[in-house]
Amino acid sequence: MELPEGLLYTAEHEWLAVDGDRGTIGITDYAQDQLGDVVYVELPEPGSRVESGAVFGVVESVKTVSDLYAPVSGEVLERNERLDDEPELVNASPYTEAWMLRVRLEDPEQLDSLLSPKAYEELTGQEQRGGE
Amino acid sequence: MRALALEGLHGEAGARFAPFAGWRMPLQYRGIVAEHTAVRTGVGVFDVSHMGRASVEGPSAAERIRSTASYDVTRLAPGEGHYALYCTEQGGIADDLFVYRIGEERWLIVHNAANARPDYERLAAAVDGPGARAREVTEETVMLAVQGPLALDRLAGVLGDPVSGLRPRRVAEIPWRGGTVVLARTGYTGEDGAELITDAERGAELWAALLAGGAAPCGLGARDTLRLEAALPLHGHDIDVTTRPREARLGWVVTLDDEAAFEGRAALERHAAEPPARLLACIRLESRGVLREGLPVHESEGAGAPPVSRLTSGAHGPTLGAGIGMAYLPPALAEPGTPLAIEIRGRALPARVVARPFYRRPRAG
Repeated sequence: MELPEGLLYTAEHEWLAVDGDRGTIGITDYAQDQLGDVVYVELPEPGSRVESGAVFGVVESVKTVSDLYAPVSGEVLERNERLDDEPELVNASPYTEAWMLRVRLEDPEQLDSLLSPKAYEELTGQEQRGGE
Repeated sequence: MRALALEGLHGEAGARFAPFAGWRMPLQYRGIVAEHTAVRTGVGVFDVSHMGRASVEGPSAAERIRSTASYDVTRLAPGEGHYALYCTEQGGIADDLFVYRIGEERWLIVHNAANARPDYERLAAAVDGPGARAREVTEETVMLAVQGPLALDRLAGVLGDPVSGLRPRRVAEIPWRGGTVVLARTGYTGEDGAELITDAERGAELWAALLAGGAAPCGLGARDTLRLEAALPLHGHDIDVTTRPREARLGWVVTLDDEAAFEGRAALERHAAEPPARLLACIRLESRGVLREGLPVHESEGAGAPPVSRLTSGAHGPTLGAGIGMAYLPPALAEPGTPLAIEIRGRALPARVVARPFYRRPRAG
């Protein structure tokens, strides 16, 4: 499972890349693997807001539907429109081409509650053992 | 949780397992879409040993099976199989099943896994007597479904010539490696292919030989998307004790032009005299999204009103590249072309009734 350094993670399997006051959000390699073939991604429009810990969208795979949870609060600056026609990018390239939202970060303290790659790896390891 | 006899082989092939009807079943191997596509364009193999299997033997077997099944199986010649229903006294569908006449006095019955126990009890109660005997054979056999345009070719390569001469819905016993493989030209995917029943040892050898020949191992995930594209009903979802055969467009497996008594006959005769109040329809989503079982179905201009129905099945159809589902609709709304709206997370998305099935395989020749 791919788990890039330099990103922050949530227990709900989103990642956040921070660049100044801009954040980019997507879902992890572990998440796409668990979901299987992704066939639909529903994302909020630019100008709307996402709230830390709240649902901001939905990803549907062939076998299941899963809510997307915002790692941080802020205004949506951009959504990845490529995912409308190529939702399978979420499986192929979860950390790069399949980014989902760019948001304006509001509260740097929210970053403290997010997981390091190591902490996230431990969490998914526990999930897998619990799931067997 | 019951384990498949070939579970170890599935693990080696990369299976992810999920519980289904009390069994630990392969849900997927490479991925549902890849497996679905393999069956539509090449060949896939499914371990469906969770299906309930019973043998019935004896000179009265045909009449005794007919006394509980909706289709007049006494019409089957040795080597023929047919789809049938078990109906309730009220004329609802207790389960669907496949009946194969393997020999003059030897039959094989295949039940749904979820209903295998009550189905077997029903069959045994109807069959057991001086002239016939039912026997549960699920544990002592494995069942593989080999499906796809290349399925027969690959099976002929493994099992030999007898395979190629067998027509659809026919069944034959093929001697193989010191044992016997029962091969039926049936399936649940809308593709050409066969279902094979044999002992666990030869089942494992067949699985290995088919994979070595390029067949893709396929799980329950692809089985569900394939059967839905083919508009084949799933009991407990699209059909159940509250649905009538004609509503589900299964009137063709209810034989009423004979005198045989079978469970549900009186109610089914009453139903035959009146037009169905609703029909199972195929619905295609006309915007992006995925259909799921249980979603509310509205008339196209009636999104504010209570739903007219709910989806009994729903999925993303990989071959169609669209959300597809089925629902019972009043006959006036069940006509192909009728616009509908499906409610997904509070939004009414445009959909349309389409011709059944969603997918029909191209006929060779």
